[in-house]
Amino acid sequence: MAGMARESQRQRAGGMTAATVQRPSARQRAVSERTRRGLGRRRAVNAAMLGLLALAAVIAVLPLIFILTYLLVRGAGSLDLNFFTHMPEPVGEAGGGMANAIAGTMIIIVIAAAFGLPIGVGAGIYLAEHRGTWLANTVRFLSDVLNGLPSIVMGIFAWQFLVRPVGHFSALSGGVALGVMMIPMIARTTEEMVRVVPVSLREAALALGYARWRTGLTIVLRTASAGIVTGALVALARVAGETAPLLFTAFGNQFWSTSITQPIAALPLQIFSYAISPYDDWHRLAWAGALVLIALILVISIVARVATRARFNTGSGD
Amino acid sequence: MATESRPTPAISAARPRLVSESLDAWFGERHAVRDVSLTVIEGSVLAIIGPSGCGKSTFLRCLNRMHETVPTARVSGRVLLDGRDIYARGVNAIAVRKHVGMVFQRPTPFPTMSIRDNVAAGLRAVGAHLSRRETDEIVEGALRRTALWDEVKDRLHASALALSGGQQQRLCIARALATSPRVLLLDEPTASLDPASTQSVEQLIRELRGDVTIVIVTHNMQQAARISDRTAFFLLGELVEVAPTETLFTTPADDRTEAYITGRFG
Repeated sequence: MAGMARESQRQRAGGMTAATVQRPSARQRAVSERTRRGLGRRRAVNAAMLGLLALAAVIAVLPLIFILTYLLVRGAGSLDLNFFTHMPEPVGEAGGGMANAIAGTMIIIVIAAAFGLPIGVGAGIYLAEHRGTWLANTVRFLSDVLNGLPSIVMGIFAWQFLVRPVGHFSALSGGVALGVMMIPMIARTTEEMVRVVPVSLREAALALGYARWRTGLTIVLRTASAGIVTGALVALARVAGETAPLLFTAFGNQFWSTSITQPIAALPLQIFSYAISPYDDWHRLAWAGALVLIALILVISIVARVATRARFNTGSGD
Repeated sequence: MATESRPTPAISAARPRLVSESLDAWFGERHAVRDVSLTVIEGSVLAIIGPSGCGKSTFLRCLNRMHETVPTARVSGRVLLDGRDIYARGVNAIAVRKHVGMVFQRPTPFPTMSIRDNVAAGLRAVGAHLSRRETDEIVEGALRRTALWDEVKDRLHASALALSGGQQQRLCIARALATSPRVLLLDEPTASLDPASTQSVEQLIRELRGDVTIVIVTHNMQQAARISDRTAFFLLGELVEVAPTETLFTTPADDRTEAYITGRFG
């Protein structure tokens, strides 16, 4: 009894400073208690949200993983050397490949690049060098519109102006249709890459006695070139798998042809026609063709990635 | 003061290399340089000091016709390089820049070129048809003059971006020197460098003195005092005063100069 009294007395006496200075008031305690509880809830919400976002990220790439595995399962079996070296066989015959379609796709891609690259790069340089002018703003806006143009529309357009006047389908018209689709992508990448070349580099070249054209070509364009190459490869990868524009232009060909004025086989077209056929053999070849097409696009994309990385290793030391 | 340690060239006997006569420069409506007449003597170092925005960099950029590369920029007046007006009708700006080299505030090595190719970059623009060996000799000479040779001789084909900031700036000076310009313009060449690199660049300027005619813009008065033979003070686009460096810093003729160097403004 006496001990307890002494104890409480001591608390009161010694607690003078503690109560006024150190010990939190009831109100403060309540606030901190609420904060602690609030913190727990916030941590929980945070974790849940992070989990959802991670899930979304996984789902985002899930289709690709699923497609790749499925293609490997279905297509790899029919994929052999013959696929790359042999022509398509008639229905019922064993073997056969897509040599003509692979060659055709390569040819069309080369035509597309030959057409789209110079125009796209040239337009991009113009947009970067003359930004703010009426023409540049208009071109930039229209090229963004062109970028979003449905590829089937591009196909009809190419058919109307490149196939009909000539009277027959051709590899050239297919390449040009894809090239036109590449132009806005390349132009915008080029513009960005030229724009990030520091003005100080340009001035340094001019001060050395470089003419304007030489500055643009040897300093600005060379500095921007890695980025432009990356952009061009990305654009190439995107159009390599296009089918719709080729339906009206390259048309496809069951035979071996490398003539750019004649209809030509292409992987996407071959896959399309085999996939909608009623024959199991052809279905298997279509799966294999799809696998090859995806592999081609993957390779281009990886090369583009490597080119980008090389750029950042050498081009970031300012 | 540093200027005492070496002989000041006799100004009356020395030959003028670069002379500006009533030079005016504009950015659009802004009158950035007002009626500046200034003489740079052959083989000497002229420092231009003044507060930010006083037109000293713009004036410098008029001396190799770089000012006109900026949209809306305009120049009037004359700039005589060895007696010939670089703004005369029929004179090509590119030809002028081949004779008047320039180095900027931030080092500007060309990122896609090796160390060697950076130094040789100007030679190609000048249109000199040199053999590989001749080019190598000029590159080595320029790198030796800028005291870079021993630091980079084993990696001439490495990217110029691998060099430190101070080395990059000396590389840019070597690049400007490779074409043997008659005048070298330095626009705050040490503003972005650390003290050690600044010292190496200043040392370099002292060594080039007598050999190369140098005009250096700096906002560091101590630097002007350390490295220049004559100093010009700019204020609000006007040339207030130009005098031998020691005179300007000890007994300035103009009150505004005195106010600036004693730190009352700027």
